[in-house]
Amino acid sequence: MTGQKGWTRQWRDPEPKSHYDVVIIGGGLHGLATAYYLAKNHGIRNIAVLEKGWIGGGNAGRNTTIVRSNYAQPGNREFYEDSLKLWENLSHDLNYNVMFSQRSHITLLHNPGAVDAVSRNYNVMRRTGNSDAEIWGLDQLKAAVPHLNYGPNARFPIMGAAVHKRAGTARHDAVVWGYARGADQMGVDIIQNCEVTGISREGSKVTAIETSRGKITAGKVGLAVAGSTSRLWTMAGLGCLPIESHKLQAFVSEPLKPLLDQVVVFGMGGAHFYISQSDKGGMVFGGDLDWYKSYAQKGNLPIVQDVAEAAMSVLPCLGRVRLLRHWSGVVDMSMDGTHFISKTPVDNLYLNAGWNYGGFKATPASGTYFADLIANDRPHRVIANHDLKRFERGLQIDERGAGPDPKLHG
Amino acid sequence: MIRIPCPFCGTRDHSEFSYGGDGSIQYPALDAPVQDWHDAVFQRENICGVQTETWQHVNGCRMWLLVDRDTMTHEIHDVRPAHPGMAKVLGVTS
Ligand SMILES: Cc1cc2nc3c(=O)[nH]c(=O)nc-3n(C[C@H](O)[C@H](O)[C@H](O)COP(=O)(O)OP(=O)(O)OC[C@H]3O[C@@H](n4cnc5c(N)ncnc54)[C@H](O)[C@@H]3O)c2cc1C
Ligand SMILES: [Zn+2]
Repeated sequence: MTGQKGWTRQWRDPEPKSHYDVVIIGGGLHGLATAYYLAKNHGIRNIAVLEKGWIGGGNAGRNTTIVRSNYAQPGNREFYEDSLKLWENLSHDLNYNVMFSQRSHITLLHNPGAVDAVSRNYNVMRRTGNSDAEIWGLDQLKAAVPHLNYGPNARFPIMGAAVHKRAGTARHDAVVWGYARGADQMGVDIIQNCEVTGISREGSKVTAIETSRGKITAGKVGLAVAGSTSRLWTMAGLGCLPIESHKLQAFVSEPLKPLLDQVVVFGMGGAHFYISQSDKGGMVFGGDLDWYKSYAQKGNLPIVQDVAEAAMSVLPCLGRVRLLRHWSGVVDMSMDGTHFISKTPVDNLYLNAGWNYGGFKATPASGTYFADLIANDRPHRVIANHDLKRFERGLQIDERGAGPDPKLHG
Repeated sequence: MIRIPCPFCGTRDHSEFSYGGDGSIQYPALDAPVQDWHDAVFQRENICGVQTETWQHVNGCRMWLLVDRDTMTHEIHDVRPAHPGMAKVLGVTS
């Protein structure tokens, strides 16, 4: 009606100031959410988010947008359940439609072992207060998702499914923009095209941050740079981390009429595949990471083939659908598949990292608890074991039981 | 596709190989302090640039290799057998 005229900026484009009370490095979902909650929950307003490119240009804009809370390990259960509850009110909280769609997360089961394993996990969920955990037989599954490959010739015949109904998807860019606008309205400076190139320290204190737009000093510094974590860690003169950077690819097809109402996940032997349909109609899907360490946001062909094969074995009706785009993001894989929201050996430096390929769903809780850690300089009870020292205490929060090999934590 | 020059078989697509991990890790003595084992098992330098890593030629000679590869460009700088003794027995020099 107004011809799409009269739109104004959603957030300012300020010049960096020389000093901030808190500087967050990384303008992805976690950095922006942290700034938002620091301002909203803790009343800190003199904050900058420094982003080397454009906000949401990293994994924030590259993920397959699956949100769920079907974790079984203590610590992760509470954390992801809190996150899901925050998602349920996020559009209202931000006054920005993040298109959160609780369309169910359906994990296909192909053998009795898989049924037993998932039943154990889903029982743990139910016994610890998350009643949103169901095991479906074939009849129920066929009624809900009639066009999966139920044929007798299927390579892995489907036996049933584990269903988590409050899970779903959200529009990733909208989440970035909603947090950015909300933070900006409370006075946070979002500074794009501002690459951090150095972190100066005196003893156990960060004294200044060197950036492509000048030197900035800060009372406290939060790192939220996902796949680049080790690079920033090295800039701060710190040694090793329990993290490796790997790359994960994702795919979207040409838009189709409504075809799939749920998130469907297939994992069998070496295959891994997850798919949902975006509101524009594109089939959004992905699989395993590329298996070798990489900082290149560039995927390789063997995984394209693997994912296409998995797609065909689950949803043969996709066979003639054309791919529209395909891309890759650098993910911060941790040693046990679980993240870190942690103090560091440097007093005023805080770390948010190790999201593997599951950090989208974590966004609201990650921002909430990281802001709480930075503001109060002590971990909240919920993130007590999400620190860097858990391995020294003999604790691994390993949902998959895969052991300390980052590439195995899908 | 990355092309890896296997010292035993010649240059092959990386899809014939399986990636092991960081090849620079030195495991400490069995009775070393627990902190040394913690660091070897859990801590990584996570280099952006040329790192030494292990690959196994699973769909070829099945040998483990040490590969110097750039983790940003994926360029391969050097490939050598992980067990030089084995290479010597087989008469392969690299
Ligand atoms: C293909 C793919 C699919 C995924 N699917 C899912 C999914 O379905 N569900 C789910 O829960 N999670 C998923 N994830 C994981 C999720 O996207 C990430 O865990 C999450 O986005 C990471 O947090 P972030 O948004 O803050 O990271 P990013 O968006 O990567 O933010 C980090 C930012 O730091 C910036 N930065 C880096 N270095 C510097 C520097 N020196 N100076 C300044 N800024 C710097 C980067 O430019 C970047 O913008 C997926 C990831 C990928 C790659
Ligand atoms: Zn070989």
